[in-house]
Amino acid sequence: MSKEIKISGAEAVIRCLLEEGVDLIYGYPGGAIMPIYDELYKFQDELTHILTRHEQGATHAAQGYSRVSGKVGVVTATSGPGATNLVTGIADAQIDSTPMVCITGQVASHLLGSDAFQETDIIGISTPVTKWNCQITKAADIPVVLAKAFYIAKSGRPGPVLVDITKDAQFELMEFKYSKCTFLRSYKPVPDFSINKIKNASELINKSKKPLIVWGQGVILGNAENEFKDFVEKTGIPAAWTILGLSALPTKHPLNVGMVGMHGNYGPNVLTNECDLLIAIGMRFDDRVTGNLNSYAKQAKIIHLEIDPAEINKNVDVDVAVLGNVKETLPLLTSFVKSNSHDSWINKFNSFYKIEYKKVIKNDIYPSKDGLTMGEVIKEINEASNGDAIIVTDVGQHQMVTCRYANFNKSKSNVTSGGLGTMGFALPAAIGAKMGAPKREVVAVIGDGGYQMTIQELGTIFQTGCAVKIVVLNNEFLGMVRQWQQMFFEKRYASTEMINPDFITIAKGYNIEAKKVDKRTDLKNSVQEMMKSSKPYFLEVRVEKEANVFPMIPSGASVSDIRLE
Amino acid sequence: MNEKKYTYTISIYTENNLGLLNRISAIFLKRHINIESLTTSQSEIDNIFRFVVVVNIQENKIKRIIKQIEKQIEVIAAFFHTDQETIFLETALYKVKSKSLFDEKHIQKIIKESQANIVTVSPNYFVIEKTGWREETEKLYNSLEPYGLLQFVRSGRISVSKEAMNISNILGLNTDK
Ligand SMILES: Cc1ncc(C[n+]2csc(CCOP(=O)(O)OP(=O)(O)O)c2C)c(N)n1
Repeated sequence: MSKEIKISGAEAVIRCLLEEGVDLIYGYPGGAIMPIYDELYKFQDELTHILTRHEQGATHAAQGYSRVSGKVGVVTATSGPGATNLVTGIADAQIDSTPMVCITGQVASHLLGSDAFQETDIIGISTPVTKWNCQITKAADIPVVLAKAFYIAKSGRPGPVLVDITKDAQFELMEFKYSKCTFLRSYKPVPDFSINKIKNASELINKSKKPLIVWGQGVILGNAENEFKDFVEKTGIPAAWTILGLSALPTKHPLNVGMVGMHGNYGPNVLTNECDLLIAIGMRFDDRVTGNLNSYAKQAKIIHLEIDPAEINKNVDVDVAVLGNVKETLPLLTSFVKSNSHDSWINKFNSFYKIEYKKVIKNDIYPSKDGLTMGEVIKEINEASNGDAIIVTDVGQHQMVTCRYANFNKSKSNVTSGGLGTMGFALPAAIGAKMGAPKREVVAVIGDGGYQMTIQELGTIFQTGCAVKIVVLNNEFLGMVRQWQQMFFEKRYASTEMINPDFITIAKGYNIEAKKVDKRTDLKNSVQEMMKSSKPYFLEVRVEKEANVFPMIPSGASVSDIRLE
Repeated sequence: MNEKKYTYTISIYTENNLGLLNRISAIFLKRHINIESLTTSQSEIDNIFRFVVVVNIQENKIKRIIKQIEKQIEVIAAFFHTDQETIFLETALYKVKSKSLFDEKHIQKIIKESQANIVTVSPNYFVIEKTGWREETEKLYNSLEPYGLLQFVRSGRISVSKEAMNISNILGLNTDK
């Protein structure tokens, strides 16, 4: 483009997005962002805008898109209520380290601070939940700030960034010149690693008799699945995952010993307090993982491989901290450790699994009682998908059951709201996931409560034809809260029972094929029929109303006090 | 955790940025840590700003706080020091009725002994400035109070560390003056 031609700030925004390789964005228009939408209209061949039915839906869709594709999710919204509706999704992306760039319109700069129509201080509001944010009042600043925004969002430990652009800056003319940002002198996205620390870690690993790996999303965000697998296989160390680490190592891998944390597996939780070495890889010792910190792995030496220095010794004091991207540090560590196997130690996991199978898993997956269980639905999805589907979950009992039982062959296949636990996440996130990985099957598993938090996104599915499979596990309760009420509040079911609408009618209203299952004999066929469909599909499964998820570490208890019933 | 609390002076070097104050104070707010004082100013390097924050917290907490501060994109580096590791001062201004200065001979003695300065004298009032440690400005406050203080204000702490903070090195500038 020749230099003399001036373009508007709004056009510059679109050109910046194109320069960053963005071809899909999610959003919702309004007064203060209309100049940008006008440009979106002109550029619609190069940049697709998906109109969600609520700005929160746009953020979760962008998150789902990012989590399966590794790309930056982009969201646009207007000022005031449009911007404030983004906050939940931004907070979710922040705590789950999802790269996202949100662009909000703002009132004209001369109106700032005057309580103008739809003026909100979105910079102030979003500050605690963004990795970085910035307000632009001059068109000339747009390229530099957006370049910075993309660099910050995706580098190092990724996260959400918000750029607020006043309406006059969108109209103002400027000369467009773009160069990608690759360096900021005040920001070091990936800390230098220390070869000595890696050697120290390898010595601990070589000496250890009962080592345990706990990995998190860092493996996925670092694209280090292969490096991780090499490390696990060479050392022969049993490896357990946090909910966001799920799918980085195939479910069926012989060294995959399951999930840690509140509703994780029996073995890895109990044996966390028996191992002599805990190797934490790209995880952050969240309280849902550790239970009571005063009795968490106190007997073990701890190694922590982590990209974010602020995570080191934040919750758990570690013996060796290996900073850096695990993509770089893991191969070095693998080169220093000896090939090993830990058969009798792994047998311990197996015997714990047998107990868990007998007491919990068997009843979940092959129930003998009449009522349908969430577990058997997941088992049918596994069989119909062969473990190749992307599974998106909402928040609650169904989330825990799905993560416990879903099979995954490939990485970046589990999309869930982990750190924030945002109900309403799944439906829009599934839309984004399908658009981020169009060739893959995407199944959203959602509770009847969370489904109704963003149910309006059925409209987005209808309009775009996005072929997601929606499974609502309907227990007519806010199940997870009801479980706590049963266990810790003497069954006082305060406001957790739900009188639900006819979900089938609603889906049909959006022209989405829909089916309801309430008998075991219909389940397998219905799931298979859904998976075979090439269109969006809604399946409601009536599950047992008052079933509980086990194992469970009651909050405040130690990981080794995990309960099986 | 009832570990002992200490007074720490936190020095934060930053790119000049409007929103940064918000981000930094939010880090303290979120953890219920009271900011005893906060000042910002230009630093020894062009366009690099320096925040000085004083807090009273446990040693294990200060280390975590520093990492959270350094995590902010526009923060170049953050350091914490105990009182022994810094040279620090505060400035206080005392506005007193001019009448007292002439009627109460004693006041002149207080000013002299406390090594304070008279900044302004007008027909109605005069202003005294005292720079020093908290105990010194407080002592002067207590001495002047009986004569009637029209106004009193004390600045946040400013401090320089005894050890070098090497910001130029971090920034890759060879401008060690
Ligand atoms: C936005 C939001 N509000 C409230 C909660 C608290 N909460 C956690 S799980 C849960 C119940 C979820 O019920 P449902 O969606 O029906 O799923 P189920 O647990 O029955 O599988 C609630 C209310 C939350 N996580 N997110």
